Amino acid sequence: MSSETGKILTTDGIPLEESLKQAEKKNKIKAFLLVAPLLLFLIITYMIPIGDMFSRSIDDKMVTNMLPKTYKAMETWDGKELPPEEVFEAFYLDYKILVKNKTAGKLQTQLNYEKNGFKSVLKKLARKQKKFEEGNYKEQIMKVHKRWRNVEYWRAIKRRAPSYTYSKYLKGVDMYSNEDGKIVQVSEDRRIHRILWIRTVEVAFFVTLFCFLMAYPIAHLLATLPMKYSNLLMICVLLPFWTSLLVRTASWMILLQQQGIVNDFFVWTGLVADDNRPEMMYNKTGTYVAMTQILLPFMVLPLYSVMKTISPSLMRAGKSLGATPAVAFFKVYFPLTIPGIGAGCLLVFILAIGYYITPALVGGASGTLISNQIAYHMKSTLDWSFASAMGLMLLTGVLVIYWIYNKLVGVDNIKLG
Amino acid sequence: MSKKADFVKFDKVDKSYDGKVLVVKDLNLDIEEGEFVTMLGPSGSGKTTCLMMLAGFETPTNGEIFLDNNPISNIPPHKRGIGMVFQNYALFPHMTVFENLAFPLKVRKMSQEDIEKKVDKALSMVSLGGFANRMPGQLSGGQQQRVAVARALVFDPAVVLMDEPLGALDKNLRESMQYEIKHIHESIGVTVVYVTHDQGEALTMSNRIAVFNDGKVQQLSSPDKLYEEPVNSFVAEFIGENNTFGGEVSEISNGTCKVKLEKGEIIANPISVKSVGEKTTVSIRPERALINPKDKMDNNQKGKIEEVIYHGDHTRVRLNLLGNSEFILKVPNSSQNLDIKLGNEINIGWNSHDARALDPK
Repeated sequence: MSSETGKILTTDGIPLEESLKQAEKKNKIKAFLLVAPLLLFLIITYMIPIGDMFSRSIDDKMVTNMLPKTYKAMETWDGKELPPEEVFEAFYLDYKILVKNKTAGKLQTQLNYEKNGFKSVLKKLARKQKKFEEGNYKEQIMKVHKRWRNVEYWRAIKRRAPSYTYSKYLKGVDMYSNEDGKIVQVSEDRRIHRILWIRTVEVAFFVTLFCFLMAYPIAHLLATLPMKYSNLLMICVLLPFWTSLLVRTASWMILLQQQGIVNDFFVWTGLVADDNRPEMMYNKTGTYVAMTQILLPFMVLPLYSVMKTISPSLMRAGKSLGATPAVAFFKVYFPLTIPGIGAGCLLVFILAIGYYITPALVGGASGTLISNQIAYHMKSTLDWSFASAMGLMLLTGVLVIYWIYNKLVGVDNIKLG
Repeated sequence: MSKKADFVKFDKVDKSYDGKVLVVKDLNLDIEEGEFVTMLGPSGSGKTTCLMMLAGFETPTNGEIFLDNNPISNIPPHKRGIGMVFQNYALFPHMTVFENLAFPLKVRKMSQEDIEKKVDKALSMVSLGGFANRMPGQLSGGQQQRVAVARALVFDPAVVLMDEPLGALDKNLRESMQYEIKHIHESIGVTVVYVTHDQGEALTMSNRIAVFNDGKVQQLSSPDKLYEEPVNSFVAEFIGENNTFGGEVSEISNGTCKVKLEKGEIIANPISVKSVGEKTTVSIRPERALINPKDKMDNNQKGKIEEVIYHGDHTRVRLNLLGNSEFILKVPNSSQNLDIKLGNEINIGWNSHDARALDPK
């Protein structure tokens, strides 16, 4: 029976595979129901916001919605010469409504981003359009300001036609698409974002490096000390976790400020003159010091968990085979800690690259990072789409780092604990 | 080439970890070149500490260790040139078998060609020829053990230390590895210091065995002497099976003594008793006491069978003899129809020479 069909049947004659599926069905449903709340939570708090951020970052419907008739009329216009009468008429009708609703200001601002000097032209049109007569709007509009005869301004309007744009992403790297649709850099004195990106990566890199240099001996000590001392040390490592981030950052402010404890100590030891106290806060130094301290446990713990599994007899074996302690360390011990180093560095780097509170409080002007810029656009300029775009760029950057790490070291090599 | 009798020498070595208790007390031990010496003892007897001092991972609190007449207490482990096989193998998990074996050669800056030759030779010695490119994790416990042995030998050390290397293997594998290590030792003639708590292992492999207890060497002699002629009751108890009687010497004369027990009296061989009235423990090996002996023996006692355990090649019989209800007999499984049944009374005899009157427990 089973040999004929090539399928194994149960005694009831049902194929074994189906029978197994039915038997497992209940367990599968149970398993799914168990993870369902978490899945739902993740979708609501993680996937949906990211999706929303993305749509917000490329959303450009504001101008499109303000000038619906204009864009409809512009569909047939090739953009080479001045648009035909229909476009002028449609634009007049759209603009009239905007002026009436007192929302013309937004359009003026938006179009001014696109073409400098647009604002004044539009303002003048807003005043004059009340006296317009019906028909031949092209002539009437062109009479209001001679710039309406310049095809550049109409092209600027047309460029805003698509409801989606990647201009915010370009802005995030100090670029924009100019009148000809080419992507160019902004003038040198306005390139602020690139500096921030570089600084963010630089700070994250050095914080990771400092964390690594400090955490390695600590983790080694933790893994090798007898239990009663290592527990105490472990509590010291974990203590910062139990203290609020703000409190820790604030304590660094007390320590590092110019009249602070560290400076007092330097003066007391005669290391620096009283009138020449070094600035250790509101600059990069402050950011480095505070962030390294705050992120240190994230490096210590993965390292510790890996080092704990390395048998002390391996180092002894290395030495008994004739390796000096240094050689035994670099050839035997160090390679075995790489999974922990990878995990710790990845963790600290990713946390550092998006760090916000500490650089905001102790960073000053030269120590702020890209996340502070994102927060600035969220809270002060209210340019949420730009903030979203930068947030997504940061997220993409993190994913890229993860991908590179996976290629270089292999994520399955990571050991977090 | 004459072999040095004191190639490895422990000279009045003391070791204490906490300054209160001596783990090793006044240890004197000479090991001949090319010898296989086993340090045998219960856990905590100081044997592993001795090995670690020889390897250089611990320093003697007092005294000195000599290797080929050179004091080595102040030489760090990596300069001693002593190979070591660890309890858990301690193979480097991130290196292949080849790299593991090449490690001691690389740190000695040998040429690639020599390294390959030596590694090949060492691997074929432990019959792991085709395993050079495996990772240690892909090997079975026995194979890992062989790699560890090969790695300890590949750089031709003068002395190889083995710290309970077979502890993690199952019984059959352990036995075959015992023979293998013994044969390797015989073929290359390296000096081996072996630590174990398994007396069978020690008896099988060693030229000489040092029985450790309480930080001291209780007896250092060849396996047969150790078994036949234990010098004190600890060694008698620790090596092999043993029937004991506690009593007092009541008479002592040329070569024999009488020991008075709570019930009855036995004639024994005075090993560590000198005078009448001394307390003593008399030790008799189970196979030295016979049932209904044909030859005349100077000890003859009646005992009641309390338990019979069938062991295949022999039967173990537990008797109540002279007030000792733990007296064990080993009866070979032959066609002889002996009257071994629970509750029966039988005659037991042994020579006074085999009843060793040792120190009291």
